[in-house]
Amino acid sequence: MKNLLKATAAAAVFTAMAGAAHAADVKACWVYVGPVGDFGWTYQHDQGRQAVVAEFGDKVETAFLESVPEGPDAERAIERFARDGCDIVFTTSFGYMNPTVKVAKKYPDVKFEHATGYKSADNLATYNSKFHEGRYIIGQIAGKMSKTGVAGYITSFPIPEVISGINAFMLGAQTVNPDFKVKVVWANTWFDPAKEADAAKALADQGVDIMVQHTDSTAPLQVAQERGIHGFGQASDMIAFAPKSQYTAIIDEWGPYYIERIKEVMEGTWETKQTWSGLAEGHVVMAPYTNLPDDVVAMAKETEAKISGGWEPFTGPIFNQEGEKVVEDGVTLEDGAILGMDWYVQGVDDKLSK
Amino acid sequence: MFEAILLTVITAATPLLIAALGELVVERSGVLNLGVEGMMIMGAVVGFAAANLTGSGTLGALAAVLAGVCMASLFGFLVLYLATNQVATGLSLTILGLGLSGMIGEAFIGVPGLKLPRLDIPLLSDIPFIGPVFFQQDALVYVAFALVALVSYVLFRTRMGLILRAVGDNHGSAHALGYSVLRVRFLAVLFGGGCAGLAGGYMSLAYTPQWVENMTAGRGWIALALVVFSSWLPLRVVGGAYLFGAVTVLTFHAQAQGIGIPSQFLSSLPYLATILVLVVISANRRLTLVNTPACLGKPFVPDR
Repeated sequence: MKNLLKATAAAAVFTAMAGAAHAADVKACWVYVGPVGDFGWTYQHDQGRQAVVAEFGDKVETAFLESVPEGPDAERAIERFARDGCDIVFTTSFGYMNPTVKVAKKYPDVKFEHATGYKSADNLATYNSKFHEGRYIIGQIAGKMSKTGVAGYITSFPIPEVISGINAFMLGAQTVNPDFKVKVVWANTWFDPAKEADAAKALADQGVDIMVQHTDSTAPLQVAQERGIHGFGQASDMIAFAPKSQYTAIIDEWGPYYIERIKEVMEGTWETKQTWSGLAEGHVVMAPYTNLPDDVVAMAKETEAKISGGWEPFTGPIFNQEGEKVVEDGVTLEDGAILGMDWYVQGVDDKLSK
Repeated sequence: MFEAILLTVITAATPLLIAALGELVVERSGVLNLGVEGMMIMGAVVGFAAANLTGSGTLGALAAVLAGVCMASLFGFLVLYLATNQVATGLSLTILGLGLSGMIGEAFIGVPGLKLPRLDIPLLSDIPFIGPVFFQQDALVYVAFALVALVSYVLFRTRMGLILRAVGDNHGSAHALGYSVLRVRFLAVLFGGGCAGLAGGYMSLAYTPQWVENMTAGRGWIALALVVFSSWLPLRVVGGAYLFGAVTVLTFHAQAQGIGIPSQFLSSLPYLATILVLVVISANRRLTLVNTPACLGKPFVPDR
């Protein structure tokens, strides 16, 4: 008993010391859905966290919890951070939306930021990136480079972000090749390298020569390289895994946003808002264009510049699968319609179960 | 086309097959090790690391086996010599493996791996159809084939196999006959660990040559289910692993063909197929009982 008391006392002192040593201005905390080593979604968020550390040094203390399942566990994890003295908590998956809203209500003094969701409050901001801008560019590249005119598209779950990605890709490809086709395969997982590889092999066996993915591992690109076809990286630059096959990659760059928001917390100017930014703000970045002829690179760069300049890929005329004109000529689709997209554009050979 | 599909199926089935064969031997000795997933992921990371540092795929595979054996020896020590609860210990082994592998693998994230070379078997690989499918694979696929033969032979045709099964069916009698129950079980656990490690190594060296956390993505659990599915018979493990792999791969082909069946249903097909076969097999209750190790999961504490 005596020993136990001693140990407890020692632990208390130690904790107090540890607390004192970390007397930073701001404590920022992250909740991740996957492991930081996934080299995809979560990896990129953690790169953003590391950018924050590099920027502010001792002035900021960071903490993160990885592989937090979307559900009751998420609420516990977020609440723990709120109680632990975090000044700002970033929750980085769509499924954390409701838990974050709940905890934000309980802790009005803590600031919350939820990625990819749509519910906000006075102390809860949302942030997301316009990944579909990058997908439009890779669509154009695919249209130019494909000899068979068929791309394979490995996808995760039928959520608006994924659907708008497929649509943007198709719109891009159709500007070059109106008859372009895409084979969509749902892996029903964000992250299972072996399953993604199986899907990629199945697509390659069926004669696609462009591999697009909206799942997080590098496996599909590796298969593309093995089969001598080409593809695009997802979330991070995957060129090391497929030096001969990657044309470019759509990189999620969260660092600038995290730095900006934490700076606002330090200065006391943080306000809730809904951020949705893309190529223009540098939150979506295209990896260097490789394995491509000069004219295609020039075309891609031109489109990139056009989108950075404020042009929206979802600008009419856009037809749906039934051939009805859903966006009139020259009209730009509203943000809400893109963020909630649940229909395919003309030419996508897949059905959405509703 | 058919040939291409078969090639993919073999790759998909091999890790399941190797891990399940190992676990089958463990369970035949009367021990239930739920830590297959943990041992697999350790095999994957250590195999990848070793192959990356030495530049040799063979050393990578050996290191993967060794990693599995190390994990298994920890499990074996706890459940056999300290008689801890097998279910709880196995589950903790999985959690330990997932965490530890993430830590070890940190330096290898984003590093492209070394793919095991294809090993063509002379003469046999020239046979049309059969050659490219079965005899132009990487070395670990042949190891899996050899393991099936080895496990079936040893379990049912040798004295060693008889002792192992006796220990699993009635540890009291085996003990009374003078066999060291704990030693037999410990060796079986080590074999199972080695297989699980190798299966993990197959994932990170041949299937998808890369290291990412949690890359086994639950295959250890499927291997565990396959052992029950096979009613503890090695040849049925082969059938189960290939059935599972085939249904998985075919659902992707079906989707790419655009047959319009909801993908969520297709994704659940491998599991549905497994359950269906399980029901059919267990309809013959007597046969199932004959093959189930009677002492499965029961601790044995020798009274000295």
